[in-house]
Amino acid sequence: MLRHLRPAVALTVFFTLLTGLAYPLVMTGAAQAMFPTAANGSLIDRDGTIIGSELIAQPFAGEAWLHPRPSASGWNAAGTGASNLGPTSAALIATVAERRTAWEAANGTAAPIDAITASGSGLDPHISPETALAQAGRIAAVRGAEAGAVRGVIAAGIEGPFLGLYGEPRVNVLLTNIALDAAFPFPPAEGEGQATE
Amino acid sequence: MSLIAYSLYFAALVSLAWLLAIWMTRVFSGALPAALLRTEATLLRLCGAAPDRGIGWGAYALAVLVFNATCFVVLYVLLRAQGTLPLNPDGIGGMAPDLAFNTAVSFVTNTNWQAYSGEAQLSYLSQMAGLTMQNFVSAGTGMAVAVAVVRGFVAPREATLGNFWVDLTRSVLWILLPLSVVLALFLAWQGVPQTLQGAVMATGLEGQDQIIARGPAAAQIAIKQLGTNGGGFFGVNSAHPFENPTIASNMAQSLSILLIPVAFCFLFGRMAGDRRQGWAIFAAMAVMFVAGLAVVHVYEIAGNPALGVGANMEGKEQRFGAMLSALWAASTTAASNGSVNAMHDSFMPLSGLVMLVFMQIGEVIFGGVGAGLYGMLLYVVLAVFLAGLMVGRTPEYLGRKIEGREVTLAVLAFLSMPLGILVGGALAATVPQALAAVQEPGPHGMSEILYAYSSATGNNGSAFGGYGAALTWHTTALGIIMLLGRYAIIIPMLAIAGSMIRKPQAPVTSGTFPTHGPLFVTLLILTVLILGALTFFPVLALGPIAEETARLAGQSF
Repeated sequence: MLRHLRPAVALTVFFTLLTGLAYPLVMTGAAQAMFPTAANGSLIDRDGTIIGSELIAQPFAGEAWLHPRPSASGWNAAGTGASNLGPTSAALIATVAERRTAWEAANGTAAPIDAITASGSGLDPHISPETALAQAGRIAAVRGAEAGAVRGVIAAGIEGPFLGLYGEPRVNVLLTNIALDAAFPFPPAEGEGQATE
Repeated sequence: MSLIAYSLYFAALVSLAWLLAIWMTRVFSGALPAALLRTEATLLRLCGAAPDRGIGWGAYALAVLVFNATCFVVLYVLLRAQGTLPLNPDGIGGMAPDLAFNTAVSFVTNTNWQAYSGEAQLSYLSQMAGLTMQNFVSAGTGMAVAVAVVRGFVAPREATLGNFWVDLTRSVLWILLPLSVVLALFLAWQGVPQTLQGAVMATGLEGQDQIIARGPAAAQIAIKQLGTNGGGFFGVNSAHPFENPTIASNMAQSLSILLIPVAFCFLFGRMAGDRRQGWAIFAAMAVMFVAGLAVVHVYEIAGNPALGVGANMEGKEQRFGAMLSALWAASTTAASNGSVNAMHDSFMPLSGLVMLVFMQIGEVIFGGVGAGLYGMLLYVVLAVFLAGLMVGRTPEYLGRKIEGREVTLAVLAFLSMPLGILVGGALAATVPQALAAVQEPGPHGMSEILYAYSSATGNNGSAFGGYGAALTWHTTALGIIMLLGRYAIIIPMLAIAGSMIRKPQAPVTSGTFPTHGPLFVTLLILTVLILGALTFFPVLALGPIAEETARLAGQSF
């Protein structure tokens, strides 16, 4: 017992210094030097203001914006969470049905499944291309733009599966909203388009 | 299309593991470059570890226990005191005693069950010097024990099981650390944060504020996958876009989860001097894995008609979809990893059944690093014993007789699974202050209890997240059960190894039952399934099977 205590304590100290401090600190230095943007959270700076992270969903609610997937934790990026409701949960089935009704009223099309189910992280930055394109009509109307032009901006942001085999096609909501805002400023300038608000 | 994707994935996994096994065999036999040998010898001598002396099984087990106990004390104190220690930019306070006990046990036993949420309850110092360090040494402990157990089966009589301090140091320095450096840099490139700066305040396009937590995540996530630890930096683990930002990062992590456990199969064959023995164990594991994965894949792609048309996307991320979430769910429960890239609580009932079975049979389908192999050797002892009974000969494995002592010890080790899952689960289902943790009425609630206690006993660490595991009853009970699931298998397995190594190695004759062919693989699979099924089928019928039946009848709860 005592014979083992000295190596146990000594190696605990050694491994704490090596794998608990040196390893993460060296990795921090290397990552900051090699990939500074990624290593700091892929933050997007617009005119000196951080408007978010390209990887983290924001709660877009206005009609002029592409909306993200539902979040069970209110898009809280400092305390994440999912619904964790099971497949036979009456509460889950009712919530999804409500979301479907709301979605179809807002967009006038059938709701794709990713648009009405909450993501695992509550911060899913992506939606499916179907969910994105289905919102084009609403966005175009509010921004006073051609629906086809809005669809074009959205389609330009579609990312395919990795190596053509892994993962799903997707659209990054925040990046696409930035692109939409650049192409069709909101609120629209005087005399332009058919804005309804 | 998905068949091609899965085939390429498995081809990559097996090739990488096969190469790694060559390196690992050299590391554990000490066939290392002289500079590395000098480094470790100096280190161990300074630590008072007498590196050149092998030890008996009892001393090996005692060294494991003393080292892990030391780690537990240090981690517990660190978690309690983190509020007053440096590297805490978000000003997080000390952990409550029961939660600190649960967390310290969880990381020392390589379980990484998380009753806390990382971004809200841990300082950067705790994440790094506490959890990241434990990720390395708890994985190293499992690898060292596995190598010692293998030596018991294959080394000559005059040899020893080896020296725990040497095996531990070699696992960390020459296997886990180099792999982690490569993976951490890859993950940081893909977008996993690696920064000491605190949370950042963003002002969104609609003018709303958003606090974005970040931290030194990439380094920890690399070892959490490679060491089959699984404890996330953030609460939602590898579903979080900061833990797993891209499909490439997902594939790299998916491979890392199974890499070392698969390599251990091939390491076993190499150490035994008969690579077919390693392939046989690999084949038994692979058959069960693919069968389980197929079930999860089919059910998640088919989706939940009660929610709408399409895959089951509740609790899943769009970039991964149903397929990569199914692959991860099967891998993480098979390999005792426990990280998640989708929320298991929201998977279809029979997907949940597969995950429960993978954990309940003792994490032996690849399993934890090292732990999967010595867990499977437990079943090998029982399978060879059953074969011996059937043909009426004294059972032998790798030329050594399996006798009463080994079988008794193997059964004793096996009993820790039903003890933790059924007794622990039964208490959790009856004691009122424990029952409050159940989120959902009906059979899914039963699955939640079962999942928590299966995960803790199997040292897996994943959860049905709706289950309120932070209640004091569960932090305490699950903590005790994690200790049971770890050491009540390690100690008997080392004892079996200590007893096996002293037996003479008989030459192979025409009467020897070959343990490398399809017959043995089938027998091994049946042993695992029959023992597991007989023990857990009744309670599984009350959980996922009842839920599936109710679902098909259109019932909800």
